Amino acid sequence: MLLIPCPWCGACNENEFICGGESDRKRPTDPAAVDDKTWTDYLYNSTNHKGMTGEWWWHVHGCGKWFTIRRDTVTHCIESAPGDQT
Amino acid sequence: MRRLASGGDIDRNRPLTFRFDGRRYQGYAGDTLASALLAAGVDVIGRSFKYHRPRGILSAGVEETNAIVQVTAPFEEPNVRATMLPLVDGLDARSVNCWPGRRFDVGALNGLLAPLIPAGFYYKTFLWRRWDFYARYIRRMAGLGKTPAVAEPGRYERVHHHVDVLIIGAGAAGLAAALAAARSGARTMLLDDGVAPGGQLLSGGAQIDGAGAANWIGAVTAELDGLDNATRLARTVATGVYDHNLVIAVEEAPEQSWVRERLWHIRAARVVLASGAVERPLVFPDNDRPGVMLAGAATAYVKRFAVAPGWRAVYFTNNASAYAGAAALHDAGIEVAAVIDSRADPGAEIELACSRGIEVRTAHAVVGVDGRSRVRRAMVAPLRGGRPAPVDADLLGVSGGFNPLVHLYSHTGARPVYDDRLAAFVPGDMPPTLDVAGAARGIFDTAGVIKDGFRAGADAVHSLGLERPEIDAPPVDDGPSFAIEPLWTVKGGRGKAFVDYQNDVTLDDIALAHRENFRSIEHIKRYTTAGMATDQGKTGNPNVIGAVAELAGATAGETGTTTFRPPYRPVSFGVIGGMERGQLIIPARTTPITAWNKAHGAAMNEAGANFRRPFYYPRPGESMADAVRREALAVRNGVGIYDGTPLGKFELHGRDVPVLLELVYTNRWHDLAVGRGRYGLMLREDGRLLDDGVTFRLDDDRYLMSCGTGAAFTVLTHLERALQTEWRHLKVFVINVSAQWANLCVCGPRAREVLAAVGTDIDLSPTFRFMDFRRGRVAGVEARVARVSYTGELSFEVNVRRRHAREVWEALMAAGAAWDITPIGSETSGVLRIEKGFVAPGIEGDNITNADDAGMSWIVDMSKKDFIGRRSLERDRKLGGERQHVVGLLPDDPAFVVAEGSALLQSGDHADTPNFQGHVTASCFSPTLDRPIALALLKNGHHRHGERVVVSGLQRTVGAEVTRPVFYDPTGARMRA
Repeated sequence: MLLIPCPWCGACNENEFICGGESDRKRPTDPAAVDDKTWTDYLYNSTNHKGMTGEWWWHVHGCGKWFTIRRDTVTHCIESAPGDQT
Repeated sequence: MRRLASGGDIDRNRPLTFRFDGRRYQGYAGDTLASALLAAGVDVIGRSFKYHRPRGILSAGVEETNAIVQVTAPFEEPNVRATMLPLVDGLDARSVNCWPGRRFDVGALNGLLAPLIPAGFYYKTFLWRRWDFYARYIRRMAGLGKTPAVAEPGRYERVHHHVDVLIIGAGAAGLAAALAAARSGARTMLLDDGVAPGGQLLSGGAQIDGAGAANWIGAVTAELDGLDNATRLARTVATGVYDHNLVIAVEEAPEQSWVRERLWHIRAARVVLASGAVERPLVFPDNDRPGVMLAGAATAYVKRFAVAPGWRAVYFTNNASAYAGAAALHDAGIEVAAVIDSRADPGAEIELACSRGIEVRTAHAVVGVDGRSRVRRAMVAPLRGGRPAPVDADLLGVSGGFNPLVHLYSHTGARPVYDDRLAAFVPGDMPPTLDVAGAARGIFDTAGVIKDGFRAGADAVHSLGLERPEIDAPPVDDGPSFAIEPLWTVKGGRGKAFVDYQNDVTLDDIALAHRENFRSIEHIKRYTTAGMATDQGKTGNPNVIGAVAELAGATAGETGTTTFRPPYRPVSFGVIGGMERGQLIIPARTTPITAWNKAHGAAMNEAGANFRRPFYYPRPGESMADAVRREALAVRNGVGIYDGTPLGKFELHGRDVPVLLELVYTNRWHDLAVGRGRYGLMLREDGRLLDDGVTFRLDDDRYLMSCGTGAAFTVLTHLERALQTEWRHLKVFVINVSAQWANLCVCGPRAREVLAAVGTDIDLSPTFRFMDFRRGRVAGVEARVARVSYTGELSFEVNVRRRHAREVWEALMAAGAAWDITPIGSETSGVLRIEKGFVAPGIEGDNITNADDAGMSWIVDMSKKDFIGRRSLERDRKLGGERQHVVGLLPDDPAFVVAEGSALLQSGDHADTPNFQGHVTASCFSPTLDRPIALALLKNGHHRHGERVVVSGLQRTVGAEVTRPVFYDPTGARMRA
């Protein structure tokens, strides 16, 4: 079980959180203006990157905050991503 | 009797009585079941897995592969290692895997059929179509232990613990590491699977600091026990190491007698693995006969338990360690006939034998064993070939080298590497926060082990930023140094040579796998099942690898090792479940009305979000159908009441709430006036239905959103995710008030009269419109009253604070008595919903259904620039194609309610025709229409109203007419009344 560094509560067990997927994918600012491929790419295609990956996590059984971390998907080394937490 | 007259760590003043297979025996406090059985002269402990061969005790520790028993008292437990079970008075255990008994066992005939059941036999013979037939017989024949027939009465608990340094194993290395870590002030925890700490020191001959090892063990543990920052657990097995150094450990029979086992979740900044090494047997014909025992185990039984595992021993070894064992047995008065050493040129250790007059035969091997249920003679031949000569013996001590216990190291994903010098797999690269010390790292001399333990403990605390403690390693006087020349297999001779005792895997099986072109060690493991038994190949795995290497003409290092996975040893279901059993697995949620409902005979049913809700309220003599009919008609013609408290309720505060609502709902929200509410539909970003509900505007910047019970958590996630990730600039707080407000819904044409009668200062005249929200007092209690309707009738939803709910409910029941107010259950609500054709996203929606499919295009405002799901819905519309739409069904048979989930087929098609048209999502008998009705998802359904379909259920297949999904009051005049 991973130890997730919540910027508000400190490191807590993974089962207090819900993973919200990759944080590097951004919703197009004007969905109506993008073509279908761009839109479905955003919706369905994760990069599944091997190595350091940005991720959303929700401390649902804690402070309730969403935040991002950078996690190495191979070694599970985790870096906080400060400055992205407001 | 094989009990020695003196010695051992047993308490001869405390005799204990126990039973094995129904017979009474006696042992002493300090015995294990294994040592007590050995002392009592019980040779055969059970039968083997496949060939049902008699098996005795092989080891004295956790690696035991043969002596697996079923304990029946003091409590029932299968799959227990006799070597790890401390003897208690009244213990009752049984042998496993034999019928009718362990001495004469019908299954042993399998031994005669052996040529017919080689590796891969199951795959080749019991093809899957016939598996269910064979399974009954195979499951009875094979299997170690039986599932207890009665519910487990024992209690289990779970503990979460955080430490700086966790040391696994309290042998020489672990004690040293713990001392180093604890002295530095780090929070230190030391686990050991034994009753007493010490590990191999307990049976070894090393002198530490000029005295027996027991003195040093005692001094170290005394110091640890005196430190506040150190914790020591006995009989505690670490069963797995997981991500970020989460170690799961099982503590057996802790001090508190009411806890049978305790599960530890230990999060450690640093882990030091000091799990030691286990001896492995040699592979020669009939190497599984009772009386064949690991050399070190024989020493342990003599020294720790004062048991002679035999009276005339022969040793067979490929390394230096067995000589110390032979000497120890000799010194305890046991005759040692010979040491058979496969090496041509042993080192200084040979003096241990020669000085005692023990014969040593170098470059020889044991090529066979006489005796079925006990060793009688070892057949000894020169390694280069020659006639075997018998040597009489009732104990054959074997040593094929030592396997560092790298299992927990491997759990981290690290790979062991082969060490030629030790003929063993040792840890390779170290993970950043886990270290391995002592014999587990491939250090086999006591002085080196203690030194390495101090090093590992000091390294761990140093890496945490603490001072390295000053510790001088004590002087150690140990036996001859370790040396080995691998002998993976003994050639020649007849009889089965086992590489894996517990799964009965022989050299022939490995050879067969090789002939069938299995090359990868991982494939050979799975094909032959070698190393896959409950002992996880602790003793046998390297022998499998060595045998494979010989066949392939490769080295053991090139062949590589298999992957060890948790658990390190079997874990009981009881301790995994802990307190979470029975009603506590998923505790049911209640409302303030639950007790009233139960007292009034409600049939309770599971609802969403772990709530139990009244299903219906049967009166004496009523069937479910009767009760539902009565309740439904009361709502349609008089007045009903239900407890809607489980609904999800969220207050939204902030100036940007309208912006949020425009985003998450498909319709317009900017123009919602204070005191008004609106129905809304939420889509997921992929355009599929998420949930629906009504949101009221309480004040300028306060809104109250309600949603389905089961969807409450999903909706909360959706809102929070939107607000905290993509639209972080919005000023909105979401406050979950689901548990704060109880929701009592009075519904039916007489609802207004009931509310007036109970007493309220709210104006109930028609100025209080449908979708209006008013504050006031109801039955003397502050209330929020909303006109919404989930039944299609005039309804008042009375929201009161949770603590007032019961009194308001009872006041409404009393006031409504004049109109025969009827509490209705969830089944009745469902019937009323189906009659009205209110689409429930969680029921009609199947995760592909979009707003159009659900017939809810009317509430989707595509002129809005953006809302969640808009872009995907637009794409769905552009793609077109044949989608499944929500329709109504009028089944032909007026007395048959079609089953929910029934398949829809085209009229005229047979049930086997692969032309699936959709399925029934909700179905009931409508009391209002006096006929069965249903909602369904049907291919292209919007355009098929009036067509006929076939409804194919498990019970019956009937025809039905497709209709609009509204059966009652299509204009909604009644709920607006």
